[in-house]
Formats: sequence, structure tokens, C-alpha cells
Amino acid sequence: MGRKLLLENDHIEGIRKLDVYRKHGGYSSLEKALKTMTPEQVVEEVKASGLRGRGGAGFPTGMKWSFIAKPAGVPRYVVCNADESEPGTFKDRYLMERIPHLLIEGMIASSFALGARTSFIYIRGEYFYVARILEQAIAEAYEAGLLGKNIMNSGFDHDCYVQVGAGAYICGEETALIESLEGKRGNPRIKPPFPAVAGLYGCPTVVNNVETIAAVVPIIKDGGAAYASIGVGKSTGTKLISASGHINKPGVYEIELGVPVEEFIYSEQYCGGIRNGKKLKAVVAGGSSVPILPADLILKTAAGESRLMTYESLADGGFASGTMLGSGGFIVMDEDTSIVKNLWNFTRFYHHESCGQCSPCREGTGWMEKILHKILDGNGTLADVDLLWDIQSKIEGKTICPLGDAASWPVASAIRHFRSEFEEYVRNGKSIKDVKHYFRLHQVAEA
Amino acid sequence: MAKVTIDGISVEVPDGTTILQAARMIGGDIVPPTMCYHSKLKTSGGYCRTCIVKVTKGSEKDPRPMPKPVASCRTTVMDGMEVQNLTSPDLLEARAGVVEFLLINHPLDCPVCDQAGECDLQNLAYENGKAGTRYEFPRREFERIDIGDKIQLHMNRCILCYRCVKTADQVTDGRVHGVINRGDVAEISTYITNAIDNDFSGNMIDVCPVGALTDKTFRFKSRVWYTKPMDAHCKCTKCSGKVRLWYKGEEVLRVTGRRDQFGEVTDWICNECRFEKKKTSDWTIEGPAHIDRDSVISANHYESLKALKADIDRQRKALPHGDKVTLGHGALDPNNQ
Ligand SMILES: Cc1cc2nc3c(=O)[nH]c(=O)nc-3n(C[C@H](O)[C@H](O)[C@H](O)COP(=O)(O)O)c2cc1C
Ligand code: SF4
Ligand code: SF4
Ligand code: FES
Repeated sequence: MGRKLLLENDHIEGIRKLDVYRKHGGYSSLEKALKTMTPEQVVEEVKASGLRGRGGAGFPTGMKWSFIAKPAGVPRYVVCNADESEPGTFKDRYLMERIPHLLIEGMIASSFALGARTSFIYIRGEYFYVARILEQAIAEAYEAGLLGKNIMNSGFDHDCYVQVGAGAYICGEETALIESLEGKRGNPRIKPPFPAVAGLYGCPTVVNNVETIAAVVPIIKDGGAAYASIGVGKSTGTKLISASGHINKPGVYEIELGVPVEEFIYSEQYCGGIRNGKKLKAVVAGGSSVPILPADLILKTAAGESRLMTYESLADGGFASGTMLGSGGFIVMDEDTSIVKNLWNFTRFYHHESCGQCSPCREGTGWMEKILHKILDGNGTLADVDLLWDIQSKIEGKTICPLGDAASWPVASAIRHFRSEFEEYVRNGKSIKDVKHYFRLHQVAEA
Repeated sequence: MAKVTIDGISVEVPDGTTILQAARMIGGDIVPPTMCYHSKLKTSGGYCRTCIVKVTKGSEKDPRPMPKPVASCRTTVMDGMEVQNLTSPDLLEARAGVVEFLLINHPLDCPVCDQAGECDLQNLAYENGKAGTRYEFPRREFERIDIGDKIQLHMNRCILCYRCVKTADQVTDGRVHGVINRGDVAEISTYITNAIDNDFSGNMIDVCPVGALTDKTFRFKSRVWYTKPMDAHCKCTKCSGKVRLWYKGEEVLRVTGRRDQFGEVTDWICNECRFEKKKTSDWTIEGPAHIDRDSVISANHYESLKALKADIDRQRKALPHGDKVTLGHGALDPNNQ
């Protein structure tokens, strides 16, 4: 059985409430940090833990924290990225909904480590009801003296605010998030400067994912070394995986990094195998932007080794035969799935979510969607498939923020691994059996 | 100081200089094209991606190449940096891609656009684009809007360079327009068709690289290449008073700010100078303005025909069997339009 560090108590009745959370050890990490550790020691533990950002990029959190500029007299901010909008990813919602105090405790402890007097949780607009849950938790924390002045008599003051976004995927990109938090249009900033130097209101800022911040709590509790003892190589600790698609048991799972992909898909402990006894066709392993892999390549690397749920193993083979762990949005597709139709759906999403600042992403995402539409309508040509490939290659790496890449990778990987399916659409067009379903989607999109 | 090498040419520049500025110091063909950067506007640049270059060596200290092309207008040089622009075929291909993206939704209505002849997008497409388009879908369309009595917004032509937004922020005393919506339906708009009515708003027309913001007092009066630019000044209490007058015969058809060789405005002017002073007697004339960027304007007037000839030669060489193409009699006669 895998150890659970975040969701250990998620099933406990009333864990959303402060008293129940505290009865099960809640806020003891904060107390430990405030009473027995210096901020630098907390940063050191996080470094030792090997924790990597759970928002998608997997950047080492301890390193990010040590980069924060500390000019005298300038406030620093901690911002929690709860914008969770990547299709296929819903783990942060689960965590916040079930155990909101875990995030609040992590926010206060992280802010202590980074010397931030104020922190913000930026949550996507569609999660308004989760924002209410967080606000209730924050109110409870203030009442109990866990927020506000002189927390637990440590002399540390801290205020934490929840800010609801207006429903834009791009506001999950950390600098667009900061702009939005400042009340501006959510356009990503051109970097440098990075938020660690000039972030919120021009002050040094750390932006971390919900799960990253929550993981700081067990790291303080058991120490960085204990956390690092879980996992494989540079993929330490546990990770929340949002499992969806054609599996028997969709849901949020906390896994120890290093579980074989095959075990994750087929074991009863996790996804429970493919629904209706169907065969596995493909997996998008880390949220809609990461490359899709066909069944053989997701279960085994190109070299024939068993693929593991780690940053390194999933990336093995580069984009030619590998993918990314990303945000942990694990989307499983069975043999009846149309890769082209699914790609159209993803591409439609990126087209809709582009902020429009830079030309390749603004213009290219819509163009790709239109071509996919044409192919699905049965009007495509083989040249259209080559054109799609060319367009994605001209977006990738030429944009301000990684949304351009996120829009390109699904297109590139679908063509790379499933080109014959595009050709089939070109040849057979509308006669393809799933077309009815497509038209329903299509009408919804146009309504 | 930092030493940077662009397409094999080295230059020493002060720390903090961008790759683009360094390239401009070297000058000539290696200067990357720009659409959204404007030297007089803080934080401009980074959006259009036409100025991308390849950094093949990061610096003397860290020689690793940069993994992706970078926007030269927003990337500062490091000592020992090596950059490729024209010398990298991949990069030129990537730039042609950017140009294509900028054009797929552009109406290509140059024949009825006031900007034609002094349009950065025309210049860009001509020098860096490809003939023909691979885009076969309907182009995006917006209604034309009059924003105030002096400026018309023709959103179909906008490339979302954000220059007018930054001008309004930095030059006028209050911005009442901005970008609304997102992605490829993002548009420049005022708050509920608010008039842009402000002493310096006319500068937005000058910074607009395309024909999206045009001067309503000049609309359709003349193609720009039939007009002669003259530098002039006046004593103005609001602005520098340094302007460019555009004559047709004896008549001043429009007044604009002056631009440097990269088409960027050098001195902001007020709306009174721009829209109200359209008589020669309002101005002290300095002399003909030198414009080498928009060849149709310069070639039609005072400049030697050498540059135009060279340009035509270049086009001709680019054509299949171009060397066999001959120009008709009088083709280079400036009076022969
Ligand atoms: C288009 C785009 C959307 C993103 N959305 C999210 C998001 O919803 N949640 C998140 O935590 N990170 C998101 N990120 C990543 C953030 O920019 C940032 O890397 C992350 O919040 C850093 O936190 P971490 O180091 O804890 O992962 C997004 C990035 C991009 C480019
Ligand atoms: S890549 Fe797309 S989302 Fe990111 S800044 Fe450019 S236009 Fe906006
Ligand atoms: S209207 Fe002109 S200046 Fe303003 S963003 Fe569009 S192209 Fe740029
Ligand atoms: S000029 Fe540099 S990105 Fe537009």
C-alpha cells in the first residue's frame, strides 16, 4: 500500500472543520515551524525533501524559494495557484474541498519560511463554492489565533486572502495570475523579471500550486529526509493524480511517485482497469497539454522498460516516445476513442483560452482548430495534416508563455503517433461511426 | 560594457542594451524587423514576435545556446553573446511563420487602406513573408468604430501590438481604451464607445503600425505616396511643436509626428498641432523629410532613384528567371504612377 501524506485523513467525517482537523494532528507542523525552527530551517527542509512544483513544470520548490529576493523594507508575498484549469486536472479542487485547512496550514508555514506577511489564494471562478469553503476555514483560523497577529505567540503575523478569478485558464500561468490579482487583464508578463524578483505589486513573490503548498505540511512534520525517502530518484514524495476517462474507477489518487503506470491503470487500488473490458488505446498522462502516448509507449519506454509514474520515467525518450508527468491529469482512452476528435476538443480549448498577446498563439490556435474541424467534417485533405504539423511547429517555442507550447504538443503528438487515424478521417470523412457524437459537441460549441 | 556578435559582426554595447538595440547600432540588413516595439514607449515589445533571433551562445560565462528563439526587443545582451538573425535559415523560416500568422486574419485591403505605403505590415510581409497564403477560412471581422471625431478604429487591421495602449498610458493624461476579450477575438476598444478626446491622443495614430487607427481628417484625401513630407516646427505650449507636414501641391493634407529610420516617432505632438494647424503659415518649414524606410514615399520625391533601383533589382532576382525580366520604358520615372 502506498503511503499517503496529503489525503491520509480525507475520509474523516468533519475534517473540513478546524477542531476535527486539529484533533488529527492539524496545525502541529505550523506549531513546530513557528516554535522550533527558523525560516531558513524550513527552507532547508523543503530543499532536502526534493519536492517539485506540482502545478505542471516540476521545478524544485526549495530552489525556487531560495531564489526569492530579500531587499530590506520591501514586502514579500506568497501566492497559491488554485486556478486549476488544465483539462483532466481536478486534484486541487478535491484537496481544498475536503481538507481546506491543510492548504491554509501550508500557506502560513510557507509564508513563515519566506518572510511573507501576506498571502493570497487565487482560485478559479468556477470554484466559487470551494472559495467559500476556504474562506470559512480562514475565518476559523483567525478565530483560533492561527492567522492574524502573533500567531501561536510566536511573534509571526500573517494574513491570508482568497481571490476568485473570472474563469480563465491563462490566469493559471503565474505572471498572468499576478496581473489578474493586481486587478488587471490576465496577460502573462514578459520574463525576466521573474516573480521571485518582481512579482505581485512589483515585490518578490513565490507562486506555488495548491498541492505543492500542502506538501510543505508533511515535510515539516516528518522532515525533508523522510519525504525524500519516498519515490524514485529526483521524483520524491507523493503526488495527487486526477484519473479520468475510460477507467473503472475515476477519481483523485495519492500515489507514491514510482508506481508503474501499468499498475496505476490496472490495479484495483487505483484506476481498476479499462471500463467495459475494453482495450487501452492511449493515455494523456499529465493534463491535456502533455503529449499523448499510445498504449505500448505509455506502459513501456521505447527501450522496453516498464514506465513509472515519475517525472523522469514519463519523460524518457523525449517527445519522440515519451511525455510528461505535468499536473497529474491522467486521461485514459479506450480502443473506441477517436484521437482526432479528442484532439479537436483540446485544440478548441487552447484556442478559446489564448490570451491573444502574441501572434503565433493568438492566430495559430484558431487556425489549427479550424483545420481539425474541417478534417472531422470530412472535408480534410492529406495536405491539411501536414499543414497542422507545420503550424504547431511554428507556434511552439515562439510565444511569450508556455500556452503556445501547450497548444502545440497535443497536435504534434497526435500526428506523430496516430497519423493513420487522420488519414482515415480524410478518406472516410463523415462515415466514421463516432461522428454523431462529434456533431453534438459541435452544436454545443456553436450555441 | 558587453560584447555581442550578431551575424558575425561584433559590437560593444553598454550593459542592459537589448539585442535589438545592439543590432540597430550595427545597422544594415541584420537589424531584425519590429512591429510592436517602440523606442519611446516603455515596456513595449515582446508581443508580435517578428523580431525573434537565435542565441547560439548565451555569454562568455555561460556559453550554452538558448533553447528557443528570443524576442530581440526584450532580451538584454550578455558579454560574449552570439546571435544569429539572417545567418540562420531556421530562424528565417520561423519568422516567416510569424508573418504568416499576422496575415491570416488581416483583411489585405491595402487598396482602400490609408496606411498603404507607410505600413509596417506591408514592409514586413514584403521583406519576410511568402507569396500566397495557406489560410482558407473566413477572416475575422469587426465593425469600424469612430473613437471621437478625429480617429477611426478599423479593428480588422489591428495586429494587437499594444502600442496605442502604451501611448495612451504614457503620453496622454488618461487612457480610455484598451484590449477587451481574449485570443483571436481580442479587440481594441473604448469603454462603451467612449470618445478618445485628449490633447495627445492623436499620437496613437502615429504609433499604429498598420491602418487600424487612422486620422479622420486625412481619410481618403490622398495616397501617402502622392504627398510630400516636410519637417516643420512651431512654438507650441503643449508639445515640442516638431512635426512633419504632408503636402499635396500647396495644401497641407495632414500633420504627423516625425519618425526615425525605424519608423518610430521621435517627438510626441499635441492634437492642436496635428488637427488644427493645416496652413503653411502656421509653421516654420525646415525642409524635405528624409524617409528611407517606405520606399514608395521617398522614391517618388526627392531621393535619388538609386535605392529604388536596387530594390527592384532585388525583387527581380528573387523571381524565377528574374534576370530576364526587363522593366518597361519609364518604369522608374517618378511621375509615372
Ligand atoms: C497556460 C498555463 C496555465 C497554468 N495553469 C496552472 C494552474 O492552473 N495551476 C498551477 O498550479 N499551475 C499552473 N501553471 C503553472 C504556473 O505557471 C506555475 O508554474 C506554477 O503555479 C508554479 O507552482 P509550482 O512550482 O508549485 O508548480 C500554468 C502554466 C501555464 C503556462
Ligand atoms: S502564448 Fe498565448 S496565452 Fe501565452 S502570452 Fe502568448 S498569446 Fe497569450
Ligand atoms: S490599433 Fe494599431 S497601435 Fe493599437 S494595438 Fe492595434 S495595431 Fe497596435
Ligand atoms: S518587436 Fe519584438 S516582439 Fe514585436
